[in-house]
Amino acid sequence: MKTFRFAIKQIIPLLFSYFFVGIAFGILIHKAGYSAQWAFLAGVFIYAGSMQIVMVSLLTSEVSLYMVAIMTFFINARHIFYGIGFVDRFRKMGWRYPYMVLTMTDETYSVRCSIKYPEDVDEQNIDFYIALICHLLWIFSCTIGALLGQIMPFDMTGIEFSATAFFVTVCINQWRLFGSHIPAIAGFVSAIVFYILFGADTFLLPALSVSLVVMMMMKDRIDIQMGGMKCDN
Amino acid sequence: MTIDFGSSVMTLIVVALVTGVTRAIPYLLFGGKKELPAAINYLGNVLPASIMIILVVYCLRNIDLTTFPFGLAELLSVAIVIAAQVVKKNTFLSIFLGTACYMILIHTVFLK
Repeated sequence: MKTFRFAIKQIIPLLFSYFFVGIAFGILIHKAGYSAQWAFLAGVFIYAGSMQIVMVSLLTSEVSLYMVAIMTFFINARHIFYGIGFVDRFRKMGWRYPYMVLTMTDETYSVRCSIKYPEDVDEQNIDFYIALICHLLWIFSCTIGALLGQIMPFDMTGIEFSATAFFVTVCINQWRLFGSHIPAIAGFVSAIVFYILFGADTFLLPALSVSLVVMMMMKDRIDIQMGGMKCDN
Repeated sequence: MTIDFGSSVMTLIVVALVTGVTRAIPYLLFGGKKELPAAINYLGNVLPASIMIILVVYCLRNIDLTTFPFGLAELLSVAIVIAAQVVKKNTFLSIFLGTACYMILIHTVFLK
């Protein structure tokens, strides 16, 4: 029970984000003429906010499946980078391993990057609870959005900013925690440079790849700086 | 609106499959029983700092810096999140203040 409560506490910062982005998707797919079952299935099997929203426009246009596959790959390709840090942690989790792999999202990734486990709880159980609760919350929001999103009493435009705000707080925490600021600076600079060069739709992958290359090239320096931090603790 | 049931099902399946495969790629490459390459361990440790800041830029990618209000609502709200987090170190408070600021701004000052 203690583990469960700890997991819930980690999820609180992204409740709004999941809830309202899910509802936004539900409303969209409902408006496109699909029933709540579709929203439910998308929530269960896709579980990727921006991709699901893009899918609604793919459903209503005459795009070939081949193009659908390519677009999905590029929109979700950032997830490849998320997996790199969790291979060792997840593969020890037995039957839960595939589930952990398939339920990694922007939000769960950020939570896992900033989490500090207490000593007397089972880390694997926490990881699993976080994955499961987030997934269920997402499925619920998508379905609710499709069922009664039309009659939401308030204009909630802008609530989606809570996701951005959450990612910003994770950045700040990491800036404090990391001995080396080279990774953060490399990420920021390459994001801005490729944003200017390639525009809003295509800067993500080059930015991620280049910062990865920068970190490989500066490994020695970063290692020394990170090592310095560990000695302080 | 009429929906082609079959092609909708196929679209959903393709999106779900490709999303799953994308998420699984690093595990398929390195997830066996073998020892993890040292380079992957290192990257796993340092990549988060890069990725999170790129993700913030990604969230803000659709603001238009060339026409009014020049992304002021977003940038001001991000500034408030940063200030709150630096001073108070309370994640929930920072998110709450930033989001409230953003919603008030786009519903009052910077109507779209």
